[in-house]
Amino acid sequence: MGILEVKGVNKRFGGLQALGDVNLSVQEKSVHAIIGPNGAGKSTLLNCLIGKLIPDTGSVMFDGKSVLGRKPHEICQMGISRVFQTPEIFGDLTVFENVMIPCFAKRDGAFRLHAIETVMSEKDIVEQAEAMLSEVSMLDKRHMLASSLSRGDKRRLEMAMCLVQQPRLLLLDEPTAGMARADTNNTIDLLKEIHEKRDITMAIIEHDMHVVFSLAQRITVLAQGSPLVEDTPANIKGHPKVREAYLGETA
Amino acid sequence: MTDQTQNPPAIATGAQSTVKASRGGMLGLTANDFRLFLIVLVITFLAPFILNPFPEGSALAQFNAGYPDLMQRFVIFGIFAIGFNILFGLTGYLSFGHAAFLGVGSYGAIWMMKLLTLNVIPAIIMAIIVAGIFALMVGYVSLRRSGIYFSILTLAFAQMSYALAYSVLTPITGGETGLQIKNTDRPLLSNIQDGEIGRANLFGLEMRSSFELELGAWLFTFNAGYYIAAVVMLLAFYMSIRLFRSPFGMMLRAVKSNQQRMNYTGLNSKPYTLAAFVISGMYAGLAGGLMVAMDTQVGPERMFWTASGEVVLMAILGGAGTLIGPVLGAGFIKYMENIISKINSTILHEWFFWLPDGLENFVVALIYPFIGKGWHLTLGIMFMAVVIFLPGGLVEGGQRIAGWIKNRRGSGDGPDKDPEHHPKQAPHVGE
Ligand SMILES: Nc1ncnc2c1ncn2[C@@H]1O[C@H](COP(=O)(O)OP(=O)(O)OP(=O)(O)O)[C@@H](O)[C@H]1O
Ligand SMILES: [Mg+2]
Repeated sequence: MGILEVKGVNKRFGGLQALGDVNLSVQEKSVHAIIGPNGAGKSTLLNCLIGKLIPDTGSVMFDGKSVLGRKPHEICQMGISRVFQTPEIFGDLTVFENVMIPCFAKRDGAFRLHAIETVMSEKDIVEQAEAMLSEVSMLDKRHMLASSLSRGDKRRLEMAMCLVQQPRLLLLDEPTAGMARADTNNTIDLLKEIHEKRDITMAIIEHDMHVVFSLAQRITVLAQGSPLVEDTPANIKGHPKVREAYLGETA
Repeated sequence: MTDQTQNPPAIATGAQSTVKASRGGMLGLTANDFRLFLIVLVITFLAPFILNPFPEGSALAQFNAGYPDLMQRFVIFGIFAIGFNILFGLTGYLSFGHAAFLGVGSYGAIWMMKLLTLNVIPAIIMAIIVAGIFALMVGYVSLRRSGIYFSILTLAFAQMSYALAYSVLTPITGGETGLQIKNTDRPLLSNIQDGEIGRANLFGLEMRSSFELELGAWLFTFNAGYYIAAVVMLLAFYMSIRLFRSPFGMMLRAVKSNQQRMNYTGLNSKPYTLAAFVISGMYAGLAGGLMVAMDTQVGPERMFWTASGEVVLMAILGGAGTLIGPVLGAGFIKYMENIISKINSTILHEWFFWLPDGLENFVVALIYPFIGKGWHLTLGIMFMAVVIFLPGGLVEGGQRIAGWIKNRRGSGDGPDKDPEHHPKQAPHVGE
């Protein structure tokens, strides 16, 4: 049994079958990549995991408990964090505040009326946030407004916001899109390090095959809303169906 | 929740000081915040002097605002605006019915005075409680929607309260005439003579008692009611600074910035906005209670939608989301309402008597639409000018002037003045 079990998930948008009978099992502490051409339904699948969308049929179990019918914040509190395809950050807040908010959420839960002490007097939170920011080498930018960051930095910030919560499952939707080569390599190193150090399970959507093959232990290929194959990177590389449906196109 | 509340342009000097200023204040405030609080404290206590700069009987005495009635209004509407800003400035939820909480608080306060005691403290506490409960109900329903729908829901609630107070609820609200303390009222804990009209007091100190100081041609009035209201305002202001700087305040700004991200970060934005709504409603109730304490009467017009609109103007004019902005906005609007509206054509003619007759009439005719009842026009133009040229309100105006002075003084300060080399930094919330 994987930590995440998706069974028979269907999702239609009007006449469009975005997901058709998707089964997916992500093993604990593994890195599982989901690849597929544009419009294959990858983001839609993630949306079904975090409560942004509710599948028409099927079940999604995380750690033996169903996530369906739970609110997004409850699912996050269960230990699933997500990095979005277009960065979702608190643009009007500073980089430092962006990282402190998830720290508070992790420590205090979904709501706490905590209106007397100042933010900066919370020593443990401040330290946690500082440590996280230096891990993604953004400590020098901590007083900048998040909206004024470059695209690559926004992505890294969002990743830091997810990682600082020490999720059990981290969902990454094209974490290196829009990044320069050097930044992409940094991100790969960061994710590798995080994975080795903290044993976080990751499900990663990525178009960049270099990233996929450097990180993933298993790969699921999605095409037109349905899983085509699921296998190890080595086997996927040589798989004729995959070459035809996906890699063939990009080559 | 967009446009008019965009970040004011980042001002690098203000932002850098956040780092330095994290230590060194008092009362649990940073040095910057403490200084701001101190300035407000000194100004409120010296207001009878500061607002009366012109000698009695001089032509400019017209512009003196240092009389108790108006000073009380300054601080009371200051409280109202501070509370409104906690909701609107931080979360971005624009309530268009906040006057309802002020009105409900007023009714609560006056009943306390009619029935229990003429001491203002229980009345004010009652006002806060009643307004808080009412805000909880209104907020619970209205916060199911956001944006314009939220605003409309709050407006609907407020107009409903107004209409009910006017008609169906006459037994509790006194209908059109409202409620006042009468010579037949016998509060439980006060021993007043038959036929005497009870007066609001604080442990015997009457709200209306004043001490007058004549210095040459100047007359300064120190009113008990004003100072009590001023102390309450300072407390309210202090609490709002604490709230702004707290994790709770940060979460409220997160609501405004990106509610989606907040939810996917494991935070439930609903109770945060509801708490902000209730706190903000309690501030309005406090203001309503103080109004009754100063002048023991209430009418339903206090809840009319124009009153709700006024507090929105105050917050935006002063600078929504800043600490001091709403207080400035409240003072500004109340000053205009009470001073500009009292200027009439006779006064104008007195001012310009030295001009040749034809020119005098021309100048008076030119200014006339902007004074007296025309003060709304003046206010409207000012408001538009602020929204267009100073989206951060009067506070942004102040910051720009301060920045300009600093630049002039510090020009030629070396190569690292180049703004291109400074990444955009966060604006300091407040000032
Ligand atoms: N909310 C929605 N309403 C209607 N159609 C949608 C919605 N979300 C996604 N779709 C459609 O569902 C299909 C799958 O979209 P999805 O975003 O999941 O693709 P993807 O695999 O993530 O693609 P990409 O690689 O471009 O990100 C697309 O055809 C898209 O247009
Ligand atoms: Mg996608």
